[in-house]
Amino acid sequence: MDDHHQLINGVAGRNPETNKITALIVDDNMVNQTIHHRLLHSLGIENQVVGNGKEAIDVHCSGKIFDLILMDLDMPVMNGIEATRKLRAMGIRNTIVGVSSRSVNEHIQEFVEAGLDDYQEKPLTISKLLSILRKVRNQAEL
Amino acid sequence: MERNHLQRQIAVMRQSLFDQGLVDEQFVQLEELQDDANPNFVEEVATLYYRDSSRLIHNIDQALMKRPLDFHKLDSYMHQLKGSSSSIGAKKVNAECNQFREYCQIGSAEGCVRSFQQLKKEYGALKKKIEAYFQMVRQAGPDKTACSRN
Repeated sequence: MDDHHQLINGVAGRNPETNKITALIVDDNMVNQTIHHRLLHSLGIENQVVGNGKEAIDVHCSGKIFDLILMDLDMPVMNGIEATRKLRAMGIRNTIVGVSSRSVNEHIQEFVEAGLDDYQEKPLTISKLLSILRKVRNQAEL
Repeated sequence: MERNHLQRQIAVMRQSLFDQGLVDEQFVQLEELQDDANPNFVEEVATLYYRDSSRLIHNIDQALMKRPLDFHKLDSYMHQLKGSSSSIGAKKVNAECNQFREYCQIGSAEGCVRSFQQLKKEYGALKKKIEAYFQMVRQAGPDKTACSRN
């Protein structure tokens, strides 16, 4: 667990009061929202949950920024592809990771090309999350 | 003595969930998210899953009654069910979701109906076992789950 904490604390957090990494979970499925929220929380990552791509855009428009966005693909109102494109067009350069139950060969190319930094197939696990956090850290160091 | 017996029963029941292929490693991942502040996390997620998925199963049931079948809609519903089933580690249910989606891909109405019947069987079997498991865990009280690496 020491390595895990080092990985998390090594990233410049967006919350100056707590110095914690911040994350946004974008997923319409309540089961996944609950699990991902708890997963991130267990690693000391402050996180917020929204239910679709449009809500992800709105929360950014309200001035919030996150070190990491976990973006589901298939969502109502606005899907992950459109939301990712819009966030990149808004100048959001932070790590966006696509998280979906679609396998890599199930037409996720469009999703990747919308501006993802990484893609992980659900279900998310601690080890997948740590791999994601390494990317967040590398990006912060650039 | 009685408590030890209950703990052993819980451990046996938990192990059978894995041995019968009802749950997979993802279930262990959820158990590892339990702590003193969230001692019933797995049960809470399972309850949420059954509430959410019963709605999807109802929708699929309704959609399967229509002719011709809308395979795209069916696949979409099943994709959602697969998403949450795999997230809680419902191994057999997840496998049936995949099977159903394959039948949607090839446009087989008979295949969809047949695999959905099997899915509902697996879904019901898991629900029964997992509810019995959590009931026993609750009986044992706090810190008495049989969580251990499988």
